[in-house]
Amino acid sequence: MPEIVTDEPRLRAERVTLSYDRTEIIRDVSVLIPPGSFTVIIGPNACGKSTLLRGLSRLLAPAGGQVVLDGRAIDSYPAKEVARRLGLLPQSAMAPDGITVADLVARGRYPHQNLLRQWSKADESAVREALAATGTADLAPRPVDALSGGQRQRVWVAMVLAQQTDLLLLDEPTTFLDVAHQVELMELFAELNAQGRTIVAVLHDLNHAARYASHIVAMRDGRILAEGSPADVITRERVEEVFGLANVVIPDPVTGGPLVVPLRGTSAQVRS
Amino acid sequence: MTAPVTPRPLDVGYRRIVLRIGPLHLPVRWRSVLVSLAITVAVLLLAVLSLGLGTYTVSPGGVLRVLLGGGDVMDRTVVLEWRLARTLAAIGMGALLAVAGALFQSATRNSLASPDILGLANGAFTGMLLTLVLVSTSWPALTLGALLGGIATAAIIWLLSLRGGIQGFRLIVVGIGVSAILASSNTWMLLQIELETALFASSWGTGSLNGVTAGPLLGATLCALPFLLAGGALAPRLRQIELGDDMAAASGVRPDRVRTIALVVGVALVAAATTVAGPVAFVSLAAPQIARRVARTPHLSLVLSGLVGAAVLLASDIVAQHVLPVTLPVGVVTVSVGGAYLVLMIILEIRRRA
Repeated sequence: MPEIVTDEPRLRAERVTLSYDRTEIIRDVSVLIPPGSFTVIIGPNACGKSTLLRGLSRLLAPAGGQVVLDGRAIDSYPAKEVARRLGLLPQSAMAPDGITVADLVARGRYPHQNLLRQWSKADESAVREALAATGTADLAPRPVDALSGGQRQRVWVAMVLAQQTDLLLLDEPTTFLDVAHQVELMELFAELNAQGRTIVAVLHDLNHAARYASHIVAMRDGRILAEGSPADVITRERVEEVFGLANVVIPDPVTGGPLVVPLRGTSAQVRS
Repeated sequence: MTAPVTPRPLDVGYRRIVLRIGPLHLPVRWRSVLVSLAITVAVLLLAVLSLGLGTYTVSPGGVLRVLLGGGDVMDRTVVLEWRLARTLAAIGMGALLAVAGALFQSATRNSLASPDILGLANGAFTGMLLTLVLVSTSWPALTLGALLGGIATAAIIWLLSLRGGIQGFRLIVVGIGVSAILASSNTWMLLQIELETALFASSWGTGSLNGVTAGPLLGATLCALPFLLAGGALAPRLRQIELGDDMAAASGVRPDRVRTIALVVGVALVAAATTVAGPVAFVSLAAPQIARRVARTPHLSLVLSGLVGAAVLLASDIVAQHVLPVTLPVGVVTVSVGGAYLVLMIILEIRRRA
């Protein structure tokens, strides 16, 4: 994996407008992913956070503005070239019936293969490394259908890792998992980030965002309300503004970072 | 103390080999190799049977002698001039239909979305009938007419099911409806046109290999070859599409483009097969799924599907010709076998969704 020494941002959106079937979800948004960061996008349901991620990964072509990857408009690259620079784990990934873990992870090698060379030493070692990094090496020969939810999600992460990109985009990777598996996965992402990969994740859990992110983007109604370090973004006022949730923010007893504690009752009025 | 450890090959959960021929590096499943060999042997045995059976019976030994360039004059005439085109047509058109089915089912991720259910073969036949009545009776014109008919049908179904998406149940229901409309309009056209033309045309009406000759067979095969190659080139992309459109796009495939090309290639293959055998039903639907279950692959293999398609159509044709006292069109046999299969598939699909 090429070591990125420059501080030049590798991925940014310049005044993008993203829409589905002419319904505008995101209007005129600019965002810059700091290199080497663990960026987490937070916001209430339907705020456009997943849409922004789809735009950043070229799954959705902007109606206006552009996404820039490594200094060039992302839509000027061949599709496989983008996939060699940027990996994405979407929410909608599905495993074909009966496929084994090793085979599924191997499909992450597609952007490195061609019609004639459909398997190489590099493919094999990339698959091995991805399995090892996600702790799924022992699962390699098993059918994906037979795995638990937590194992399955790690296998999907392994597939994206096998793509060997140092930019990883993850769309709600911990949703539908129990809390232990969520933490396990967040630890894995933190480790991958520490190894030098830039990670962008859409998350629902504010406290996971506060604990693991180095950079937080808070969205509401298709716009970015706040950006910055967890300490800057995860404040009582911000959380209330973004989610309409009455809360207090206390120091996390484990890390000392911000910890959001919702107040009881549905009113957004904060009693302190 | 210990010998240097050579890394164990990655355990992928099944036995496989990586085929290395020049620049080609292709991982191949052992089970798929064995299944392919077994089906190939079955097709060869069925071919010997098909070439030998009939009012003038040639023994299997006799058939083999003829195929190797020997045999007596009568045997040679019967096997090579009377029966060979038909047997090759069953093998070739069965394979084309099955590959088309595998392309459709992979591209739509829907095991019921096959060209025969969607009425493409009926549409190709409509195109042929219209060409026959309005333009010309020459084979190139008929082939073109079949292709245009198939493409037009695909476009109509596409438009009618746009809102439900081509992965939905809506596509299947629309397809079955369009298929029924086309089948009845085909029958109506056969009733309207002159007797000789109708006789000529109705021999394919339900899908039949009676009266197949070498010329159209060769023409259809040559037409189909580039599309078969294109289908093969699409296979790795279709495997990515099985992971969902977003995942496919994220790995460097353009799902909509690949899907469109796969469907056009599938339509072309069905049209080619239809010019020779008429709208033979259910081979496209069933063969890829049978291949997948027998070889236990997570994807629909084009090669295995083609082999199973060849075996299914050849076996059906032998049944159609020889099992009952009257010779039936092969389409009648595939409809009966395939109808049962379709009911089973729909039950399984409903159960899976419930």
